[in-house]
Amino acid sequence: MSASTSAALPTKRFRPGFWTIFFGLLFIPFCIVTVMRFSKGLGAVTHLSDKFPWGLWIGFDLLCGVGLAAGAFTLTAVVHLFNLKKFEPIVRPTILTGFLGYIFVIMALMFDLGQPWRIWHAIVYWNPHSVMFEVAWCVMLYTTILAVEFAPVVLERFGFHTPVRIIHGIITPLVIAGVLLSTLHQSSLGSLYLIVPSKLHPLWYSQLLPLFFYISAIGAGIGMVILESYMSQRAFGRHLEMDLLEPLARAMVVALGLYGLMRLQAISRNGAFGAITDFTYEGRMFLVEFVLGVLLPVAMLSFRRLRTNPRWLVTGSFLAVLGFVVNRLNVSITGMEGAAGVRYVPSLPEIIISVGLVGIGMAAFALAVRYLKIFPEQTVSTEGGLGGS
Amino acid sequence: MTVGLLFDATRCIGCGACASACKEQNKLPGPVEDETSAYTWTTVQPKGDSYMRRLCMHCLVPTCASVCPVGALHKTPEGPVVYDAEKCMGCRYCMMACPFDVPKYQWDRAVPIIGKCIMCTSRVKKGEPTACAEACPASATIFGSRADLIREAKDRIRQNPSGYLDHIYGLTEAGGTSVMMLSNQPFEKLGLKTGLPSEPPAMRTWQVLSNIPDFVAVWGVFLYGVHWITARREVVSAHHPTQKTPGITDDSHTGRPS
Repeated sequence: MSASTSAALPTKRFRPGFWTIFFGLLFIPFCIVTVMRFSKGLGAVTHLSDKFPWGLWIGFDLLCGVGLAAGAFTLTAVVHLFNLKKFEPIVRPTILTGFLGYIFVIMALMFDLGQPWRIWHAIVYWNPHSVMFEVAWCVMLYTTILAVEFAPVVLERFGFHTPVRIIHGIITPLVIAGVLLSTLHQSSLGSLYLIVPSKLHPLWYSQLLPLFFYISAIGAGIGMVILESYMSQRAFGRHLEMDLLEPLARAMVVALGLYGLMRLQAISRNGAFGAITDFTYEGRMFLVEFVLGVLLPVAMLSFRRLRTNPRWLVTGSFLAVLGFVVNRLNVSITGMEGAAGVRYVPSLPEIIISVGLVGIGMAAFALAVRYLKIFPEQTVSTEGGLGGS
Repeated sequence: MTVGLLFDATRCIGCGACASACKEQNKLPGPVEDETSAYTWTTVQPKGDSYMRRLCMHCLVPTCASVCPVGALHKTPEGPVVYDAEKCMGCRYCMMACPFDVPKYQWDRAVPIIGKCIMCTSRVKKGEPTACAEACPASATIFGSRADLIREAKDRIRQNPSGYLDHIYGLTEAGGTSVMMLSNQPFEKLGLKTGLPSEPPAMRTWQVLSNIPDFVAVWGVFLYGVHWITARREVVSAHHPTQKTPGITDDSHTGRPS
């Protein structure tokens, strides 16, 4: 991410930067893999097997896509429920990220589900004993709520003021429903793994998995908000709202610190410290996750001087997000490999789809920023005219 | 009455008649494979000087049925755990969750479904034994009511304590299963998972899921309370004579005293 300064597009003329060209070139293999996936089945494009039925698309796209969208419910709660109005300026980009994150998850599910055209079955055939049933409903309902929360941005662009007023009128129940659904959804992704006590490595298995997923998502979700402010600052020539990001970083330190402590307690209760001291495969992967995602960010951002320095703030947030991603991959892949008796490494087509979907999300974000009022200092762009989008 | 199967590894001669009979009964394509798959629902594996049959264990509280979001898997009153391919959307959570790694997937199909032993449900419902039990020339796999099979297994162990491991695999594993196994050597040597908790895994998720209604009510009221207090505080501070902070707009409530 750091190598391209060319991504800092002036908003008017189209000059492709590094990432635009990268994702543009990825488009053709993305289409080829898509056609193969749907004509020949999952076996033709993935390294998934009977021994390892869930891979990158669940571990990264689903678990991380939802988790990193957690900034949206955190910030809407902070602004609308805890009434800390000073954070209002960064709510819109956060809701947009959350919404695009959920769209990303749904698109990934279209690839991962064996028969995605039956996704509506979850609405018709109920099994309340299934965590996946809860996950399905949370995805549906929370995506809807995010869409409604984001709708005023689009509606005001086209001058529809009545629906905007209606949404403002119901914003409190809307935000509360969003926080409830997010809490359920984030934790339910951890609950998915409660069912495999005999399969998931004791470094990761715990009856507290739902709580771990929830708290770490809040931490990493805040990290994403900071990262996103930084990236849009680079790409769209904005200033960094340090007065808002610094207190957010403090909240992140608290969330990550609490999370780290509870993880260590759970590992101790499972008697799994041996895996770390013996430096086994699982132990090493745990260290990567824990040092990158918890120890370093907490240590760095505990210091006010580092927190108020944009460079350290962004580095700490980046590490927190990276550690979060490694954690989700560890739970879904590393921790399951031992019981499966096989190693799973995603195939190139699997990676192409995941990266391609991230690219689609980033392009959608860039387009939204160009045509809608996402950031406070933007005057609603009129240069494109109303037909601009 | 629930039925089940008892497989006695000390009697199995490894002929594979059960696996062939299964293919025929369930019209599964291709030859019998070494491992179970979506097209081979049971198979006999040589393990040292013994043989082990692999097939769905038909849990009393099936993990697969508990995790399926659309309820495509369920336990019939007779005992078999059956699969409704018409409902399945292919999330593969059953494969992930099954403590015995039983459900398998049609990785080679564009419209794939799960494949697993369904204990010849149609035969069982008519009171007939499963195809595999009927085909076994050595009576290594026998069919009967689960209670009778447990009695039979205990008898065999009691009558020949040196010839058997004192363990009926499936009596308590994952909460108990309708398919049970006997052997003269540790089951992990035969490729089975041992040390499974006797509590059905489904209980662990239900402990969490059953709390959701309470959680939603309490958390929802709490959040609204927080909003009510913070919004009220803003109104009060805005109209307090000593600290007047004009120009606060709050679009989320209309509590403005006149």
